[in-house]
Amino acid sequence: MKTIDLSSASVRDLNQALHGDVQDREWVVTHPAGKHNLAVGVNQAVSIDINGHAGYYCAGMNQKASVTVHGNVGVGVAENMMSGTVRVKGSASQAAGATAHGGLLVIEGDAGARCGISMKGVDIVVGGSIGHMSCFMAQAGRLVVCGDAGDALGDSLYETRIYVRGEVKSLGSDCIEKEMRAEHLEELQELLNRAGFDADPASFKRYGSARTLYNFKVDNASAY
Amino acid sequence: MSEKHTPVLRESATFDRLTIQEIQRAAETGIYDIRGGGTKRKLPHFDDLLLLGASVSRYPLEGYREKCGTDVVLGTRFAKKPIHLKIPVTIAGMSFGALSANAKEALGRGASIAGTSTTTGDGGMTPEERGQSQHLVYQYLPSRYGMNPDDLRKADAIEIVLGQGAKPGGGGMLLGMKVTERVAGMRTLPVGVDQRSACRHPDWTGPDDLAIKIAELREITDWEKPIYVKIGASRPYYDVKLAVKAGADVIVLDGMQGGTAATQEVFIEHVGIPILPAIPQAVQALQEMGMHRKVQLIVSGGIRNGADVAKAMALGADAVAIGTAALVALGDNHPRLDDELKKIGSAAGYYDDWQNGRDPAGITTQDPELSKRLDPVEAGRRLANYLRVLVLEAQTMARACGKSHLHNLDPEDLVALTVEAAAMARVPLAGTSWIPGQGY
Repeated sequence: MKTIDLSSASVRDLNQALHGDVQDREWVVTHPAGKHNLAVGVNQAVSIDINGHAGYYCAGMNQKASVTVHGNVGVGVAENMMSGTVRVKGSASQAAGATAHGGLLVIEGDAGARCGISMKGVDIVVGGSIGHMSCFMAQAGRLVVCGDAGDALGDSLYETRIYVRGEVKSLGSDCIEKEMRAEHLEELQELLNRAGFDADPASFKRYGSARTLYNFKVDNASAY
Repeated sequence: MSEKHTPVLRESATFDRLTIQEIQRAAETGIYDIRGGGTKRKLPHFDDLLLLGASVSRYPLEGYREKCGTDVVLGTRFAKKPIHLKIPVTIAGMSFGALSANAKEALGRGASIAGTSTTTGDGGMTPEERGQSQHLVYQYLPSRYGMNPDDLRKADAIEIVLGQGAKPGGGGMLLGMKVTERVAGMRTLPVGVDQRSACRHPDWTGPDDLAIKIAELREITDWEKPIYVKIGASRPYYDVKLAVKAGADVIVLDGMQGGTAATQEVFIEHVGIPILPAIPQAVQALQEMGMHRKVQLIVSGGIRNGADVAKAMALGADAVAIGTAALVALGDNHPRLDDELKKIGSAAGYYDDWQNGRDPAGITTQDPELSKRLDPVEAGRRLANYLRVLVLEAQTMARACGKSHLHNLDPEDLVALTVEAAAMARVPLAGTSWIPGQGY
């Protein structure tokens, strides 16, 4: 196990070590103190534990790595992640998993506004609630919310599927509730299992795109 | 017997035929007009400036004998690997999707022959353009279509796009007719769906966040690549200052004459400012920060010939970028296509329906049959020729001003033909020492 102490080492030291010829498969980062850009651009199948709170873009563009933050994270955790897993033991600020293409993002606490904005294939599972405009223009992947969702959920959604157990304050343009069929219950159970959450899939509702805004029609102008 | 008079038809200056036609079109369709290209109306431009060739008080250099350097190094502020270009004319970002794969390849070929860079666009990097581009700038756009860290690492520089001259503040749109299987796959969207590109980045909300985003991209690429920040010209003085403060290596400033693949006509013609007044504001911002020539300035938006290049550099740019002109050099709007263009309601020299994907030149299309018409090798050669001409023309003018490098041109080599241009470019009105707003 390799430990990097950010009370003495710099963020550059950490990322450079993670981008190099990595021999150690397990890494521990101590004293992160909310620093930005921790463990970004990692392209190795390594395990990274960040013991404390992280700032913006923690684990940004992650590939292959399993990153666990034992604390809260700032804006854009796992932004544009391609693969691997990012787990936040605490809560996340806004734009969690923004534009992420793949992998799994788990937030055990709450996530702020625009969770999963423009997501492109990632799976996001949130143990708590999410803020407004989540999944705005989301394109692909799945978002699971065990708590509540704020205003305008799934506004201008493309093909992302959203599962919410609690209350949805309001749905955004072109986002509708859809039937929970057997395949969706199965899909949701698998996501909950991977995230390590014990919840009954039957207690969730599914939301998706009505697909009425996929091609511009002037009759829909009020929805834009 | 009274004499019959034929009445003289008088067109309204306010409601001219074009305006009337647009009102009729709007009434019929209920939707604004969307097109590609750039502004069509006359705007203050480099034509309103003149270069002062040497005579007695200045000493010219001998054309074709005495050297006039053209190279430029971009990204000298922080990047471990700045880009060294042979010429200060680069190719602006244009997406695969808006353009065919052959067109993207041709841009890469032409730029590489001439010793300069080309730039990706919305939708990601194609193997064709990476393979043929000696220097490739990877755009980091609000939509993040096709964005991935492998391509970031393959790029020679990263350009964070905050705006575009044709539509500062506006997003993009690739209409469904151009969204083929390949384009859709690169953008993770269904085939045939209109693809809206966001007007702002999804995970930051202001200049403080931009500083962190720039740092993130530097960390991911181990501080090797220059980070450009592209701004659509509207408030360049403030935008440049904030971008430099956020850590940009290079500023790309795109004036309102800049092109677009598709956007609202009203947006193209009425939002942003021309590149002429934008450059002095940007240069002032850089000078006040002590960063002029340290953070390089690339300007674009209607660059057409070597005079434009020389004048932009005299105003303080380090390099220029071309977009629409590069497409014309590849073969867009060529007279030999006139008959075909007329069949789709246009004509050579007028074609701007790039959003429809029916470009008979095979450039602004995803139709496989049309795309095949563009030979990327031959088109690349044409682009390289055009780039050479731009540089030769600019060198000729710089030598006439007594300058041994294009970067030695400065505002004292310029005068303005109109009071308006003098005020905007901050150079004297021709024949006077008067710069409006700066006294005598």
